[in-house]
Amino acid sequence: MTAGGVLRTALSLLLVALVLWPHAFAPVFAPFAPERGPVIYDRVSLLSLSLSHLGLVAAASSLAALVAVTLAILVTRPAGAAFRPLSRTLTNVGQTFPPVAVLALAVPMLGFGAWPTLVALFLYGLLPIFENAMTALSTLPPRTLEAARGMGMGRFQRLWQVELPLAAPVILAGVRLSVVIGLGTATIGSTVAARTLGEVIIAGLLTNNTAFVLQGGLIVGLFAVLIYDALVRLEARIARRAGAGSARAG
Amino acid sequence: MPVWGVAGPVTTAIALAAMVAGVALGLQAARPWWRLGGSLLGLAGLVLLLSRGAGALLVDAGDLARVSPAAGFWCLLLVFMMLMADALSALRPGPRLRLGLLALFLVGLAALLASGALSELSIMQEYRGRVAGFRTAAARHVALALGSLAAAAAIGFPLGILCHRRARLRSLAIPVLSFLQTIPSLAMFGIMIPVLAWVAATVPGAQEIGIAGIGFAPAFLALLLYSLLPVVANTVAGLDAAPPAAVEAARGMGMTDRQRLWSIELPLALPVILAGLRIVLVQNVGLAVIAGLIGGGGFGTFVFQGLNQTATDLILLGALPTVVLALVSAILMDILVDFARRTPKRESA
Repeated sequence: MTAGGVLRTALSLLLVALVLWPHAFAPVFAPFAPERGPVIYDRVSLLSLSLSHLGLVAAASSLAALVAVTLAILVTRPAGAAFRPLSRTLTNVGQTFPPVAVLALAVPMLGFGAWPTLVALFLYGLLPIFENAMTALSTLPPRTLEAARGMGMGRFQRLWQVELPLAAPVILAGVRLSVVIGLGTATIGSTVAARTLGEVIIAGLLTNNTAFVLQGGLIVGLFAVLIYDALVRLEARIARRAGAGSARAG
Repeated sequence: MPVWGVAGPVTTAIALAAMVAGVALGLQAARPWWRLGGSLLGLAGLVLLLSRGAGALLVDAGDLARVSPAAGFWCLLLVFMMLMADALSALRPGPRLRLGLLALFLVGLAALLASGALSELSIMQEYRGRVAGFRTAAARHVALALGSLAAAAAIGFPLGILCHRRARLRSLAIPVLSFLQTIPSLAMFGIMIPVLAWVAATVPGAQEIGIAGIGFAPAFLALLLYSLLPVVANTVAGLDAAPPAAVEAARGMGMTDRQRLWSIELPLALPVILAGLRIVLVQNVGLAVIAGLIGGGGFGTFVFQGLNQTATDLILLGALPTVVLALVSAILMDILVDFARRTPKRESA
């Protein structure tokens, strides 16, 4: 196993232990807790918080990926070309909107709870995926597309068998970006009463309990790093496959 | 009260006509200037209706009555803003014109807010109740965003130049900085608290210069850590992209390493470096909101206060200025990048 593999396994085990048996870490966090204060957050089980955190991000990101890729396909077809400059401007402008502001602005419309968080995660997750998908789909090698046309492939065949597989690594990079942003933004979702791991951190901030802050921060941080790493490796694998395919085609 | 009775039939008719004309102008696909004009006309109609309507609704209401725009206003605002964005993306104005348009827009916005036309709205009443607090928050927000940008530049440029020269340092520094970026912001701000509390307690003199576990210092440090990756990565990328021929020619002319760096490589890399600073500035303006949670001040104070009290207007009072600040800094930095891109070309011509 490589050094990276060892580190990855160690971090995954640490994460699992932190989520399932938090009380085992009480001696580690004890120096950070206030005197006589609780050391380990046990108002809600960390497992259920983790699951609802990951569930929110997964739901928002998959929905965002579906919508963003569909939109990107539409504006890269000849019929949708007129919308391309506008959609590019909108993504640029949209990405300057701070995630916290998007979350806060969703509350007056949707009330408190999981919904505003889900909507903010979805809206904010759209942009990187859409941008990457549009760039990838509009910069495909023209020769490959020409060859596919020459082989008598129809429009849908070309899209499914040539364009989307070739664009997949770049699209996935967008998904990765949106998932990582989502994991962080979901943490802030706790301020609007969504059930996420941010609850632990915020409980720590409110009661001046550094042990809680470290515990929550460590778990969210480990999730983010491990998921980021997994997606990077998935991308590399897909890119290798697409690269091998196009090398054969070339 | 009928719909047209709110702001008076005449005002309603004028405002509606302006909005319809705005949309009609906006449909002129081949004439972007007309579309720009249409969006402005529509916005003017919308604001007219808003200011007159709010005043009329409050005439016989009690002192505690509040008026705030609802979904219809926000949707129309979105439509006209999108129309404006579309017209501008078709016009592709140069940096000077963009600067002018931005200044014009900001002056218009300031005049609108100062004129008192919108003073009946609940968000403006919320503002009037805390003018001093708002100014402090604004100053603190800007100080956090710009201060951490300056610190990141001061550390990031030398680090980027070193990374460009030494491949081993690069293979160490870039992964560490990317790792920092994946840490969720709330966790990062939270973790800074014990770290800085420890520093304040152990390092002599740290408390005297204002370092403490909560407040400005942890927020500043968290923003700084997030800012380093874009600065370093873009400095490296910009220096890497300098054409080898130019660097070779400089070496042939007998330039020293330092001369080459300052007069050839850095000027060529400037647009890419500035693009990195743009990312950092926009990101910092957004992330500085979280400082409100750890007593660091800024617009986040209003956002989180508002969320705690379910006070929509207070949330808006924090969120809207943040959005405007982020947009303005993005546009300004884009203009700077454009200027940086043009200058070398003109010199070589």
